Amino acid sequence: MLRPSHFAAVLLFGLFASVVFGITQRETPQKMIRYGLYCFVLFAGSAIVLSWVMFLIAR
Amino acid sequence: MGTAPNKAATAAKSQQQGFVYLPLIAGWLVPGAGHFLLRKWGRGALLAISIIAMFALGLAMDGKLYSGAQDILELLGMVGDLGNGLMFFVSRTMGLGGDPVQFTTADYGTKFIVVAGLLNVIAAVDAHNLRTGRKS
Repeated sequence: MLRPSHFAAVLLFGLFASVVFGITQRETPQKMIRYGLYCFVLFAGSAIVLSWVMFLIAR
Repeated sequence: MGTAPNKAATAAKSQQQGFVYLPLIAGWLVPGAGHFLLRKWGRGALLAISIIAMFALGLAMDGKLYSGAQDILELLGMVGDLGNGLMFFVSRTMGLGGDPVQFTTADYGTKFIVVAGLLNVIAAVDAHNLRTGRKS
């Protein structure tokens, strides 16, 4: 059984979702890559920011 | 003179012929198949790899495949799972994803499977939009 950490799971989730979003939501290859990267950064970045917020709330 | 517009019109006409929903249905049943039918090999391969990998990782994490609709959350999960097309039916037939969720990672896996189904629906609709000319 595969047991990734929460962060690894978020990165995998963000990677696959960003690929699909990039391809389906934009028309040209260059825009697809840029939008896919943008989505991935938002996925990973929001996970990091929310993790710190929850850490600070829990203290 | 006028051959280029004629060629474009012929191409557009030939694109409108045939069963217009075939890429949508093929894309739902097999991830990426809708794009492959439209000869979008690169896009289709990336979509297929992403969606199949997400579904397989979900199962590898001991994620659950929804089998019934006892309440509204189960029903919504089932709708998401059905988006996976043949992968869902084959996995159910093989008895995969039947164990109850006991670990945190199994819960992640369940979400991976549902989201893979929803992403597959988005990809199938994209193939339909390519087929109808709404997207290039």
